[in-house]
Amino acid sequence: MATLDYVRRRFLPHIWCPGCGHGTLMATLVRAIEELAIPKDQIVMASGIGCSSRIVGYLDLHTLHTLHGRALAFATGVKMAKPDLHVIVPMGDGDALAIGGNHFIHACARNIDLTAIIMNNQTYGMTGGQVSPMTGHGERATTMPYGNLGQALDVVAVARAAGATYVARSTVYHAPQLKKLLMKAIQHRGFSVVEVLTQCPTYYGRLNQRGDAVEMMTWFKEHAVPVGSDARKDDPARFEVGEFVNVERPEYCASYDEIVTRLKPREDEHA
Amino acid sequence: MARVKKKRLLLRREWCKGCNICVAFCPTHVLGLDEENRIQILDESRCIECYLCEWRCPDFAIELVDLASEEADGAKEGAA
Amino acid sequence: MNEKVRFLQGNEACVEGALYAGLRFFAGYPITPSTELAEGLARRLPPIAGRFIQMEDEIGSLCAVLGASLTGLKAMTATSGPGFSLMQEAIGYGVMAEIPCVIVNVQRGGPSTGQPTHVSQGDVQQARWGTHGDHAIVAFTASNVKDVFRMTVEAFNVSESFRTPVILLLDEVVGHMRERLRIPEEGELPVVERLLTQVPQTVDFHPYLPREDGRLPMAHFGGHHRHNVTGLAHNIWGFPADDPASVDRLMHHLVGKIDNRAMEFAHWVDHQADDAEILLISYGASARSALDVVRRFRERGDRVGLLELQTLWPFPAALVRERCAQARRVAVVEMNMGQICREVQRVAQDPDRVYLVNQVDGRLVGPDTINQALRMIQGRGF
Repeated sequence: MATLDYVRRRFLPHIWCPGCGHGTLMATLVRAIEELAIPKDQIVMASGIGCSSRIVGYLDLHTLHTLHGRALAFATGVKMAKPDLHVIVPMGDGDALAIGGNHFIHACARNIDLTAIIMNNQTYGMTGGQVSPMTGHGERATTMPYGNLGQALDVVAVARAAGATYVARSTVYHAPQLKKLLMKAIQHRGFSVVEVLTQCPTYYGRLNQRGDAVEMMTWFKEHAVPVGSDARKDDPARFEVGEFVNVERPEYCASYDEIVTRLKPREDEHA
Repeated sequence: MARVKKKRLLLRREWCKGCNICVAFCPTHVLGLDEENRIQILDESRCIECYLCEWRCPDFAIELVDLASEEADGAKEGAA
Repeated sequence: MNEKVRFLQGNEACVEGALYAGLRFFAGYPITPSTELAEGLARRLPPIAGRFIQMEDEIGSLCAVLGASLTGLKAMTATSGPGFSLMQEAIGYGVMAEIPCVIVNVQRGGPSTGQPTHVSQGDVQQARWGTHGDHAIVAFTASNVKDVFRMTVEAFNVSESFRTPVILLLDEVVGHMRERLRIPEEGELPVVERLLTQVPQTVDFHPYLPREDGRLPMAHFGGHHRHNVTGLAHNIWGFPADDPASVDRLMHHLVGKIDNRAMEFAHWVDHQADDAEILLISYGASARSALDVVRRFRERGDRVGLLELQTLWPFPAALVRERCAQARRVAVVEMNMGQICREVQRVAQDPDRVYLVNQVDGRLVGPDTINQALRMIQGRGF
């Protein structure tokens, strides 16, 4: 398939566990890029550390596998230096919101034209199932063996409050919808955030008796409701999917370029 | 109404990890896992070409191939 | 009057040196006593279409610098002790992924928040060993405004030549004192441009395969040679690799490309060091006081000299060993608890003849302190 043109096929099969949703997200992201017909040379994909971050190694783009939590900071440097490039930043939930939380809110506030994809599997997979900022209250993790004392962070609310100008959520079960949201996020001029619920049957699923990948995806199917739906009142476990924020605000690099243009010495000044 | 088949299923067994996602969510039960826990076709005639298996597969292990374009290309696909 | 003669702070001279060297990207975070660098470049970069960004912290600052460098811009950040600590992981990333960049640390008193407005040279060993894992690093310093300019240019040149982070260790005194600086004309100082690959688009490009001269041509993000950049151990394509042969090759390359060039990177100034019976070794602001002491002693006919180091890492061991061998006593003058003294003792043939003359109270080590120490050293049989 044409989709595989974007893939470094020699590295497949990938390292993710059987049934891990990250592979579905990767394939869906590639389809979104393919449908937008963005040349490979025009895309930089920067990731951090963790299961999620390994996505960049498999894609035939300019790929930057950085430090834990720092993908957005590296990406900010890339984008500022070459604003014409599309810069896509897939991150895990711990990567983006725990160790990288500071960079996340400030990237939102700058409204710099990056596409942040939060691959939310509610756990730290690479290290073996520790509690993450997205683990729900009472849920199990190897470092919350008696149940999580904290609450899951609402990344949509955080992104909106911090000033992201495009915010959406979907799941790997809803791959067709996810592709459309990713396409809109990539095209959006400003900081865009797409939260993607993706199953980790190996750790989060096993520790919380969520069953296998199919059962976890079925749970996504049964609990996802459209943005604004009343159905959440009946079941607090339900969550909204779709587009939450899509607004225009001055983009950081464009604003910078306006200053550069204003300061540029005019030819007649040297006459 | 008889449906004209425009696609065929291409499996990459060597990339399949046997997660069963494609099997479970196929609306017409076209797919199954074999004795080695890898993808196999049970009955392709039931396929309605909805793409959901290809789209949800985490491993690029299943794909709907366009018969017309495949004929034109001389069927060259395969995992590199 | 020549308009290129200015009266500048060390920090401002560093800005001028960086621009002379072709700096086009700066990311930083405010911290005393380095902030003049960020403020200066916030004004100077936009008119030349360079890029300036204040990040949310020092970690993000160096990460943004590394990202920008990968697109082809000469890039720098500046900080002081606490920020330098935060940058350590990203310094290691720059070493591992071989990304040119310059990190300026205008040293203040530590540890921790320490003495933000007071001078120190306490980060010398941190510059060498601050990031985890075995690695080599280049670190320069300077004792006056003219040399700040020159060593800033040299920092970029070495960084670009050998695809490595270079640390410029200034200190609060040198950063904030003002001296006359004549900014060199274009072409007066060599400026090394980044080495780009000539490999055609259709040919396999190896971003991590060094040439015979040890340099690694780069391909920039946005160009035709798409490749992977990672902090993981990697092969010549930049893809993760943990086979022993790849890791061994990588480790020896990363350390060898710097340490095997120790004398090539070595910059120093001999101040009457050739016939010195007492040799002072110093650098940065403390070298200014040491030089004053040399003059005082020479006026009385005492053969005291100064070896002023401008390259701290890789430590110029051969140079220091040779100079030490010529002197009867060696005194290392610095504003820390002996961070360079231990290096001198390590390389000198007779470590017992190497003394530490230091001051760590936040004030500049003055000529009187050095003078007094030398009297004591002389009393031991000079």
